[in-house]
Amino acid sequence: MPVETGGSSAAHEVIPPPLASAPAAAAGLPPEAGAPEELIQLLTPEGERVDHPDYPLDISASELRGLYRDLVLVRRMDTEAIALQRQGELGIWASLLGQEAAQIGSGRALGPQDMAFPTYREHGVAWCRGVDPLKLLELFRGVSHGGWDPAEHKFHLYTIVIGSQTLHATGYAMGIQRDGATGDGGEAVIAYFGDGATSQGDVNEAFIWASVFNAPVVFFCQNNQWAISEPLERQSRIPLYQRARGFGFPGMRVDGNDVLACLAVTRAALRAAREGQGPTMIEAFTYRMGAHTTTDDPTRYRLAGDLEAWKLRDPVERVKAYLVRSGSADASFFDEIDAEAARLGARLREACRAMPDPAPLSAFEHIYAGPHPVVDAERDAYAAYLDSFDDAGRDGHGAPPSAAGPPGEPGVPRVAQARGTGGFGRTGEAR
Amino acid sequence: MTTLTLARAMNEGLRRALEDDPKVLIMGEDVGKLGGVFRITDGLQKDFGESRVVDTPLAESGIVGTAIGLALRGYRPVCEIQFDGFVYPAFNQIVSQLAKMRYRSRGSVALPVVIRIPFGGGIGAVEHHSESPEVLFAHTAGLRVVACSSGPDAFTMIQQAIRTDDPVIFFEPKRRYWDKADVDTTASAADALPLDAARTVAEGTDVTLLAYGPMVKVALAAAAAARQDGRSIEVIDLRSLSPLDMNRISGSVRRTGRCVVTHEAPVSSGLGAEIAARVTEECFYSLEAPVLRVGGFSIPYPPSRLEEHYLPDLDRVLDAIDRTFGY
Repeated sequence: MPVETGGSSAAHEVIPPPLASAPAAAAGLPPEAGAPEELIQLLTPEGERVDHPDYPLDISASELRGLYRDLVLVRRMDTEAIALQRQGELGIWASLLGQEAAQIGSGRALGPQDMAFPTYREHGVAWCRGVDPLKLLELFRGVSHGGWDPAEHKFHLYTIVIGSQTLHATGYAMGIQRDGATGDGGEAVIAYFGDGATSQGDVNEAFIWASVFNAPVVFFCQNNQWAISEPLERQSRIPLYQRARGFGFPGMRVDGNDVLACLAVTRAALRAAREGQGPTMIEAFTYRMGAHTTTDDPTRYRLAGDLEAWKLRDPVERVKAYLVRSGSADASFFDEIDAEAARLGARLREACRAMPDPAPLSAFEHIYAGPHPVVDAERDAYAAYLDSFDDAGRDGHGAPPSAAGPPGEPGVPRVAQARGTGGFGRTGEAR
Repeated sequence: MTTLTLARAMNEGLRRALEDDPKVLIMGEDVGKLGGVFRITDGLQKDFGESRVVDTPLAESGIVGTAIGLALRGYRPVCEIQFDGFVYPAFNQIVSQLAKMRYRSRGSVALPVVIRIPFGGGIGAVEHHSESPEVLFAHTAGLRVVACSSGPDAFTMIQQAIRTDDPVIFFEPKRRYWDKADVDTTASAADALPLDAARTVAEGTDVTLLAYGPMVKVALAAAAAARQDGRSIEVIDLRSLSPLDMNRISGSVRRTGRCVVTHEAPVSSGLGAEIAARVTEECFYSLEAPVLRVGGFSIPYPPSRLEEHYLPDLDRVLDAIDRTFGY
């Protein structure tokens, strides 16, 4: 029987340095993205269609145009939201710029019956699931914590604590198994997370659960290279998709700026999940083109040159190039999409600005299923307190000194006078 | 009526819940073949199958996080956390996800998840096996927190908790698991005292003594001893720690004029502090003495050879009762 010794060359094989460069990178991607056989690509940055033996994709011109429309519109939504934040209409915004293909490709791979569990940056997936972008603005404006019904859209609420949702996704997938809802036409789950999240215990626990219970879940990791200011090298010594193997399920890396590759690979992984083959991890290799959020300043920690290089791999432009090259769309189509994007921007802008603050007492709603003595008593007391200012105002006596000392406006609590318009704390920082 | 240990009464309650609703699941470490380290789930996997009584990987955050996902799918998971001190890895999932999902969703999502936690000391255990972390959860909006103290309550309260549409943190008095009592296992949980109600377990006129979980037995013994000194102690088993049944508590204190709260958890920022504040607000003109607290010291739970000094016992409770007469 062989005895393992310190002399075994296999045991001492040196782990390659972080993201060791591959000899030949996939078309248009940096060397660390891996060789063509490692990175799945169906549409090059130049808009050239390439085939992959494992992921044949039959896609009509109309479907292609639909994907292009999605990409343009979610980018416009993003641009508009950043502008609204700059104008003080949103407290914060987490931009998806650069990640449109990863989100639209995977989002459009979902069937209506499938369930998605997002982070707080999946605006493109939300779009695919029919969530009105205004609902996303509500959250970032501070009007709600997430105003859509997850069951209606099969799109769970945004989760801000990094990685927590991967366990919810896995548990949901275990529910699908118990319901016997797998198989042809059955259901599957997709869990979104980022490169930073792969360091979280919850994500690793989700991998273990999904693996040992063979849960029908697809782990879709958008590796955008940055967790706020921390580069991928701080999260992993090996390419992220290779982690899956250690957990006992397949992992693959896809060009995250290639909407066709993301669509094809996610579709295949969902199919495998439905067919009882268990989880898959997809690493969508992409780049966060913007700041982490509107409070972030990436010039402090990354090179302008990287950004310029990634601009050449733009997820939207390559689809446009392919549509033109293949004669699938003409100038009038692009004009039409641009006009639609302008209309979307205008609608979001106007509706966001017109969005009222919630009624103060609504803060006391939906904490418990039924009446609750403490919450109800505090709500009633606060209602009486607010009413006391109305009475004071009507009587012309001004607010009580304890609440609205000079130079307070009569009948209005001091805090309401001091509070500016538009959203919650500007310093709020999420990862 | 059947004479059962508290542990067995828990088991019967869980069995009933599994029978009554096919959506009820049990998840945790060693809950299957072993029946849990305290045998609370003994025989349940054999009778209800591996998909309803699930031996999970050893990761508490994973247990609660996947339970949330199952609840989103319409299931009613009952998670077992093996010991009090092992709940902290799941703290984020409980506090930031489980407790807040209904609020986050503006009422469109309910998470009927029960988290069972054997708590408290007195069993000579090693570190992390004797803690009383209930106030961490009582401080979190969106959770209901309860503690049973007897077999009959264990049997009905666990069923009520499982039927609740809010998440419930269910504390079980581990040093009382082996205490026997007559339990009516035909009793209907729906007809039992509501889950958020306290129960007066001994009537009295001089002092209101509040306790829950393992301390109810100590409180009853203290009341019996005080009676020999001519003092009449009213003992209330809180049962619900969040929300508190302040109607019953304040109603009693207004009659007795004195209040002592006892729990194993440290008194600093403990449940007794909350009760003292509320009793003072609600019963100020009836109070003959400040509300006194008898609990664990504000130290980490000590090595078990010292726990008899740490845990409030009969004498320390009686001492506090004496002191309330010193004002």
